[in-house]
Amino acid sequence: MRLNNKVVLITGAGGGIGQAAVRKFVSEGAKVMLADIGLDVTQTLVDELGPERCACVAVDVSQADQVENMVSACVERFGGIDVFVANAGVEGVIGEIINTDVSNLDAVLAVNVRGAWLGLHYVIPVMRDGGGGSIMITSSGAGVKGSPNTACYNASKHAVIGLMRCAALECAQHGIRVNTVNPGAVETRMMESIEAGFTDAGAGDFKSMVEAVTPLGRYGQPDEIANMMVFLGSDESSYCTGSVYMVDGGNAT
Amino acid sequence: MTFDFKNKVVLITGAGSGLGYACAVAFANAGAKLAITDISQNSLDKAVVALQDNGAEVLGLLNDASDPADVNILLDMIVTRFGRLDIAVNNAGTATPLQEFHEVSEAEFDRVIAVNLKGVWLCMQAEIRQMLKQGGGRIVNMASATSRNTYPNASPYVTSKFAVAGLTRTVAVEYAERDIRINAICPGNVATPLVVSLVEDLSVLSAKHAIKRLGTPEEVANGVMFLASDLSSFSTGSMLEVDGGWNAI
Repeated sequence: MRLNNKVVLITGAGGGIGQAAVRKFVSEGAKVMLADIGLDVTQTLVDELGPERCACVAVDVSQADQVENMVSACVERFGGIDVFVANAGVEGVIGEIINTDVSNLDAVLAVNVRGAWLGLHYVIPVMRDGGGGSIMITSSGAGVKGSPNTACYNASKHAVIGLMRCAALECAQHGIRVNTVNPGAVETRMMESIEAGFTDAGAGDFKSMVEAVTPLGRYGQPDEIANMMVFLGSDESSYCTGSVYMVDGGNAT
Repeated sequence: MTFDFKNKVVLITGAGSGLGYACAVAFANAGAKLAITDISQNSLDKAVVALQDNGAEVLGLLNDASDPADVNILLDMIVTRFGRLDIAVNNAGTATPLQEFHEVSEAEFDRVIAVNLKGVWLCMQAEIRQMLKQGGGRIVNMASATSRNTYPNASPYVTSKFAVAGLTRTVAVEYAERDIRINAICPGNVATPLVVSLVEDLSVLSAKHAIKRLGTPEEVANGVMFLASDLSSFSTGSMLEVDGGWNAI
């Protein structure tokens, strides 16, 4: 058991990658606090995996008071936080910059960047006082490359790499490691939404475009991203901090 | 035991000491059958005995990774003994004493490039020919934190490690659809015999890392095993840092 009795707090726990990660964490012995904007999916998952190892909390990660409450709920329930996965994210509206309303930029940055920052802001002191831990932010293949029609999303996913690098340097002295996990295209609801957005914007068949430029020639599965999260959350990665971990079928090469 | 490589055939070059030896121990503990090489008979013999004493099945092969004839014989011997090659860790590497660029001799440059770059190139060719025959495989190349970052006065080494990154990524794309995954690992400084032989004051090295210490060989081996396992099934052409935050500074 690679995460035996470690306490994991994960946002976006009800999403495709989030759910896969929760299952892996539990199977590796962790106690997991599932955070998402609603409780529908997460409560079902808690019921399935068992309330002794899991609990859930509702949070809008862009709201400071709610993030603070989420962190408190995890500490109260499980006694601390060993691993934090800042995974909540939104794709926003697909379209060219000149056709996109600025409110889309604000909405995407609020969740993907402000949400991650707030998570770090409230989690780091808890981890520091607990003697250390591992933090990962879900960035993306879109965090290291550009593509037409996804400027708000790509900007947000680039931004969290900068956030991660600064946090890694600030936190190393506290025994806290900070990294990003960068999934390529993965079979999730978010990807279906992005595919539909491309179709609606008349920007082509997103899935076939991605598969054509991905060396492994396919989308990833949520489990394949969760595997990297277990590695970075476990002590196996004790010398890993400040880095970008691609899980993208070779797309960024 | 975290990883399971039971009955997998694993080649590790330069496994007589340092990171290569740590990888050999880790794979052996995970149940793998090992083919290990080294350029030093003495180091190789010691490593083989230690691994066998620990219960591992080990084929030790004296080998110069930069010699094409040597490398081809190497693969023949592995296939003769084990019938296949599932995983290759191209780890053999060398370096020059730290010196300013204008003082480095051409011979020193050639020696480092021969082992660190041409050696990986030759080994990967031989490994991939075998992996194509058997329908797949996994390759992990030993790159370095200096595959992305500078290290003044180590120009031959840094040049070779930047090149390994480009080689890894390009070749990974070529074979991605034939079930051969190829990735590289980028360790920070570890107190291996090679590093200790070149650097007098190791505390200077610690300061390069955000974590303010050197890595351990086991920490690097963990990353290698992750890349060699099915846990990383969606990763190819990637660079996995195990560098204590060096690249973030």
